[in-house]
Amino acid sequence: MDVRSQIAMVFHLDKCIGCHTCSIACKNIWTDRKGAEYMWWNNVETKPGTGYPTKWEDQDIYKGGWRKNGGEKISLRGSGKYKGLLNIFHNPYLPVLDDYYEPWTYKYLDLIESPAGGDQPTARPVSLVTGKPIDIKSGPNWDDDLSGTPEYARQDPNLKNLTKAEREAMFQLEKMAMFYLPRICNHCLNPACVASCPSGAIYKRGEDGVVLINQKVCRAWRMCVTACPYKKSYYNWNTGKSEKCILCYPRLEAGHAPACMHSCVGRIRYLGVLLYDADKIEAAASVPEEQLIDGQLDLLLNPFDEDVIRNAKENGIADSTLKAAQTSPVYKFVKEWGLALPLHAEYRTLPMLFYVPPMLPVMASLSTTDDSEQAVKLDPIAKFWDKHHRYDTTSKTIMQTVEQARFPVKYMANLFGTGSEEKLIEVLKKQLAVRVHRRHVTVGDIDADLTNATLNEVKLTPEIADDIYRLTSLAKFDDRFNIPPAHRELAIEMMDFAGDTKGSTGFGFKETPQRGL
Amino acid sequence: MNAYNVIFFVALPYAALLMFLVGTIYRYKATKFKFSSLSSQFLETRKLYWGSVPFHWGILFLFFGHLTAFLLPSSILAWNQQPVRLMILEVSAFAGGVVTLFGLIGLFYRRLVDARLRKVTSIIDIVLEALLITEIFLGLWIAFGFRWGSSWFATVLSPYLKSIFTFSPNIDAVVMLPFVIQLHIILAFIIFLIIPFTRLVHVLVYPLSYLWRPYQKVIWYWDRKKVRDPQTSWTMHKPQNN
Ligand code: HEM
Ligand code: SF4
Ligand code: SF4
Repeated sequence: MDVRSQIAMVFHLDKCIGCHTCSIACKNIWTDRKGAEYMWWNNVETKPGTGYPTKWEDQDIYKGGWRKNGGEKISLRGSGKYKGLLNIFHNPYLPVLDDYYEPWTYKYLDLIESPAGGDQPTARPVSLVTGKPIDIKSGPNWDDDLSGTPEYARQDPNLKNLTKAEREAMFQLEKMAMFYLPRICNHCLNPACVASCPSGAIYKRGEDGVVLINQKVCRAWRMCVTACPYKKSYYNWNTGKSEKCILCYPRLEAGHAPACMHSCVGRIRYLGVLLYDADKIEAAASVPEEQLIDGQLDLLLNPFDEDVIRNAKENGIADSTLKAAQTSPVYKFVKEWGLALPLHAEYRTLPMLFYVPPMLPVMASLSTTDDSEQAVKLDPIAKFWDKHHRYDTTSKTIMQTVEQARFPVKYMANLFGTGSEEKLIEVLKKQLAVRVHRRHVTVGDIDADLTNATLNEVKLTPEIADDIYRLTSLAKFDDRFNIPPAHRELAIEMMDFAGDTKGSTGFGFKETPQRGL
Repeated sequence: MNAYNVIFFVALPYAALLMFLVGTIYRYKATKFKFSSLSSQFLETRKLYWGSVPFHWGILFLFFGHLTAFLLPSSILAWNQQPVRLMILEVSAFAGGVVTLFGLIGLFYRRLVDARLRKVTSIIDIVLEALLITEIFLGLWIAFGFRWGSSWFATVLSPYLKSIFTFSPNIDAVVMLPFVIQLHIILAFIIFLIIPFTRLVHVLVYPLSYLWRPYQKVIWYWDRKKVRDPQTSWTMHKPQNN
């Protein structure tokens, strides 16, 4: 057993309101620079939709991630030792600027400085690359809230194995739904970006698992951009170096939450330590597709287990980190409660960002013919759209509603279940059971027997259901972010004479990061 | 032996060599961030394909051809003993030159016409590509007009280059060469001389070690097996992070 620690994350999608505050927080701190304007290390997508860069999930185009071809072993789909070095002069799978969007600003000064005349002055958009006026063709979140549209929602690569009828059903006006998918680098356990970098510039930090690109070693071979199936490694066209989310490690080291998480308005984000067994990484990434999620969850170790603790200490993991692992909200969501799933586990990078799948698009309506009983009790305007579709979770057939979802579970399973609906249904049912339980406690219109039966079916106790409810709905800042001390003092003293770093921020460049000749 | 010959065929090669060594090492040590191929594929990919791929495969072929002729002249001479083999070598080298030139002109054109690319094109890029185009054009001219280059390179130029590298310069043979060939040689030295000031440094950091390193890479700030051990934790070596 080779115990390592990882700062992992959970995003609770039911709580995301799609406000993009996270993206802005990140942009203002890290990517508001020449060459990085188009980068959104944190972005929020509307699903169904094509995302950013356009159709990033379609690996037939971008060739990201690992693939299992025939044998036991996995290999990088579009890069790797031989493919990468052969395609080094021109990478055929590289997404280009237009796959993201051309960044622009407006000539605001024209508004003020134009001479008086017959017309209102306008601020024309100008490209941030060329400085010339452009016609804006797309932008970040161009497909925001555009569920149902032919150009965006219906081009979603996750619809690939849905039948035509299923797709049509999804986009009927009265059924149409959407949800938000905030994405950052997953700081994977089997990162494709690291594996694809010919220079060896990308590495995973042993202490906390943050994946970083050493800017001094990157040589613009641009293979990581292709290799990352989530398209979370970006090429800076100005400096000639690739960049990616750094999980705000300077903040983490100082005990602060990453900026996107700190600013999250919906409070959907959780961050904490997971312990995992590094010996099993390769095996877990190589299992058949249906076993990938279980394989990944098996890697995660129980931080209370004595054996694990002993091994962790031998591997130099600090007591404070072990403590954080035992109180980690991520461990609760992912392992204890089994409520959070990785996004696109089939890319085999073992992402360390987990998502609690959203219930709203799934549960928001169900058709029924017999609603007379409800109709007497409930306000018809609030509860009914028409007699066939109603928003209701109090019926006797609570659990079946998952299968009768407004979105086919199949679609959600393509995102979070490597295509199998089973896992997804289980998670949704658990979430639903918690709601039933809380409704029983707070409103009281569901009787105790039905509540207990519902909880039993998904193997939850009322206590656990309350815990889930509390961490989901009431959690305060310190409950959501459980950040172990980074022991940066040790790190710095190992590296340098501590006096040298006195008064400095402890990270960054001594050399001006200027474009090469 | 007049002064110009000494300047161009003795002083220039040593200046180039010195500048190349000192310049690249200094640049690598002092401004590592600037070591990059400065790929522009992100801004324009289609024309790059038609330029970069033929250019690079071609120039590598030509480079290794010249290297072989310099290091192992006898092998080239032995190969050339049969006219058929000589023809094969000459024709493929010439074709290689044409492919390289085609790609390079494509790259040059691409940099001039694309508005986005102009933003990432420096003067030195233009100078370098113009020099390379001239050099390859001269090379083709020589291959076409002064046959058979592969043979006389081995007998005339290899000894000259060797004399340079062994610090006993002998320029008797080169001064007799036609002007076109002399210009080709002089330009080659100039290109070497400016390597530290151009993006050509990317050739020196070719990531060959990728072939034998493990795919995954994890770095610890400290030796994790020792960090919790009070006996050893303060005596370890400085880790290689940057
Ligand atoms: C050793 C193997 C080499 C590798 C792996 C390599 C790789 C690259 C890469 C990745 C680029 C950037 C292409 C892009 O824009 O995406 C590039 C550009 C370039 N390389 Fe190389 N190169 C090699 C050898 C050479 C040699 C031997 C020369 C010339 C003597 C050369 C001259 C150039 C030039 C002039 C450019 C700029 C092209 C342009 O964008 O206009 N390279 N190279
Ligand atoms: S999400 Fe992409 S960039 Fe981030 S660690 Fe995984 S492979 Fe690398
Ligand atoms: S800040 Fe939070 S709620 Fe708002 S879009 Fe981002 S993840 Fe969603």
